[in-house]
Amino acid sequence: MSSIELKHIVKKYGDGFPAVNDVNLDIKDGEFVILVGPSGCGKSTLLRMIVGLEDITSGELDIDGKRVNDLAPRDRNLAMVFQNYALYPHLTVYENIAFPLRLQKGKHSDAEIDQKVRQASDMLELDEHLQRKPGNLSGGQRQRVAMGRAIVREADAFLFDEPLSNLDAKLRGQMRTEIARMQRRLGITTIYVTHDQTEAMTLGDRVCVLKRGVLQQVASPRELYEQPVNLFVAGFIGSPPMNFLPARVDGNRLKLPFVDVPVDGELAEKVKGKDVVIVGLRPEHLKDSTVETAPEHSVKFNAVVDQTEWLGNEQYAYIPYEADGAVRKQLEDLDRDLDGEGLRTQMIVNLDPRSRVIEGDEARLAFDPAAMHVFDPHTGANLTRDDDKAAQIAAESEKLRKAALARAHKREVEQAEKSA
Amino acid sequence: METTMSTKAKNGLGVVSIVIMIWTLIPLLWIIATSLKSTAALADPSQNLFGNFWPKHISWDNYKLIFSGGASDLFLPALWHSIVVCVVSTFISVVLATFCAYAISRLNFPGKKLILTTSLAVSFFPVIAMVTPLFNLWRQIGLFDTIPGLIIPYLALTLPLSIWILSAFFQQIPWEMEQAAQVDGATSWQAFIKVIAPLAAPGVFTTAIIAFFTAWNDFVFSSNLTAQSAQTVPAALNFFTGASQFVQPTGAICAAAVVVTIPVVILVLVFQKRIVAGLTSGAVKG
Ligand SMILES: Nc1ncnc2c1ncn2[C@@H]1O[C@H](COP(=O)(O)OP(=O)(O)O)[C@@H](O)[C@H]1O
Ligand SMILES: [Mg+2]
Repeated sequence: MSSIELKHIVKKYGDGFPAVNDVNLDIKDGEFVILVGPSGCGKSTLLRMIVGLEDITSGELDIDGKRVNDLAPRDRNLAMVFQNYALYPHLTVYENIAFPLRLQKGKHSDAEIDQKVRQASDMLELDEHLQRKPGNLSGGQRQRVAMGRAIVREADAFLFDEPLSNLDAKLRGQMRTEIARMQRRLGITTIYVTHDQTEAMTLGDRVCVLKRGVLQQVASPRELYEQPVNLFVAGFIGSPPMNFLPARVDGNRLKLPFVDVPVDGELAEKVKGKDVVIVGLRPEHLKDSTVETAPEHSVKFNAVVDQTEWLGNEQYAYIPYEADGAVRKQLEDLDRDLDGEGLRTQMIVNLDPRSRVIEGDEARLAFDPAAMHVFDPHTGANLTRDDDKAAQIAAESEKLRKAALARAHKREVEQAEKSA
Repeated sequence: METTMSTKAKNGLGVVSIVIMIWTLIPLLWIIATSLKSTAALADPSQNLFGNFWPKHISWDNYKLIFSGGASDLFLPALWHSIVVCVVSTFISVVLATFCAYAISRLNFPGKKLILTTSLAVSFFPVIAMVTPLFNLWRQIGLFDTIPGLIIPYLALTLPLSIWILSAFFQQIPWEMEQAAQVDGATSWQAFIKVIAPLAAPGVFTTAIIAFFTAWNDFVFSSNLTAQSAQTVPAALNFFTGASQFVQPTGAICAAAVVVTIPVVILVLVFQKRIVAGLTSGAVKG
């Protein structure tokens, strides 16, 4: 049980480039925090600094209010699951899990160790594999052994570095829910690194989005999705990703590639004086107005669909367009930051599966201008972010988290009473 | 990888390997056969089978000669020297090479490349060129004909090779093994002893065996840097004499050769399994 505090953490490797730059983060006791970002953005570096495998160049790292910058990994009492598991191949599964306990000389008797190992293996369904060597296990089983080694020792916090990236898609889904359940049940502070935004959205109480070593936004998944602070966060969170359309500002109108949108009030104030802005529109906010009733005040337009993908429960349509010269460079940079392939600019529409639009057809689309995010093309800042709403979402998420922890705790107590 | 091989290719490989096996086995069998011949049989082909190859009557005279007869004064001390010199130099070489290779594979320090290339270069030195200067030096500083006087050149011979082999082995062991151990609560020393050393065991055994053979089979140093009190078997064989001045000591030499080959065979048989690499499989993702 621990809180972890990062104050102005900086990491510079030999070449002087800051892999992690001035990160401030306050992780509460029992919280599940995700570090997410494209590969190479410094997530692993940050995690390894917390666990003590990497020196901190400057800044302060506190665990439970105590500065631990100079402590060796073994003195920090944190447990870590490595990306490729790092199991000890010469030891059996049993001895792998018992390894951290055996190192705590004199603290546990053999009977105690046995009991703890069996408890962990029971929880992770490893009972029938205890006497096998890691080399003979499947990927998912190895993954569970690595988790067993982490949970057996009652560490102050769990750290995960992309623990699911070596598993196939189906197993990844199963292990994801397994990790979430385990974290709630044990109520242990957890920091989880991933480059996969789906994992970030489904697992985290709070998600920290990193870009080139700099923290962009720390918020609940819902706040990140609905109220991103900038272009990068908006583009990174969500699948399929948000569409970014260049828009010319013309008085009280935004001229998008397919349609003109009237703006008023606060937003009109903010875009005044700008030549162009970038409009972000999530694929599900675009509707096929022939099968769905578009919300009030919607703007309607026609566009030729280039490709459709029907997945049963949903359907995507791809509509190519020419990016405006003035913001093309910004959009290309953003694409590169997001590990994109620099492909052609196209708009993705998440259509209702009933929609009968086919390739080459002209679709009748509509969207509510209130669903638009408008970004400053130079700073990338989100001009439409509503701070009050964001604060409200944050408060709700925190309430939900506390309720989930309490529920898990109550169930645990009930179980204990039942078995007693 | 393609594992199925055509029958033709298999048969071809089989024939080739049988030829190679016979090629290498015949001299060994010949030595064994010769060591079992009596003095008379050595000179008289009619007492032997298969065209002078195998004696009709097996005689243990040559073995008696080297263990308890006239040659035992020469052979037994030499055998003892061989064992001491080889075991000690193998032990020192493996311990030093393990630490050195570990440092080379784990730490980044200036001159790391230099150490590796130097050690490779040193192992290519022609030993015969080192003998004369060493002989003069050893005479002057009193190392001539002593056990340390042999161990030191053997270390010079085996250390570079051992360092080279072991650093390749350590480099194969993922860094994360050790970091995981440290996070699990191990000190650097515990991580090394409990995780890295067991994983490097096949490498250590391979190195030990190579170091042992290098010293065990050496003739050049032993015959030039020793006289009596530190002479090893390969050099001592040179000084064997027959039962009388007019008898060639062929039989006795062969018997001694057989005796010194036995430890080599035993070592290989015992450690064969351990030398097989691949113990690290399963450490990381599969
Ligand atoms: N040992 C190292 N020496 C120098 N640069 C490094 C080292 N490790 C990582 N980096 C650099 O630091 C940056 C962040 O790396 P990392 O934390 O591994 O990213 P992530 O885990 O987010 O993919 C990368 O640009 C990488 O090249
Ligand atoms: Mg990483």
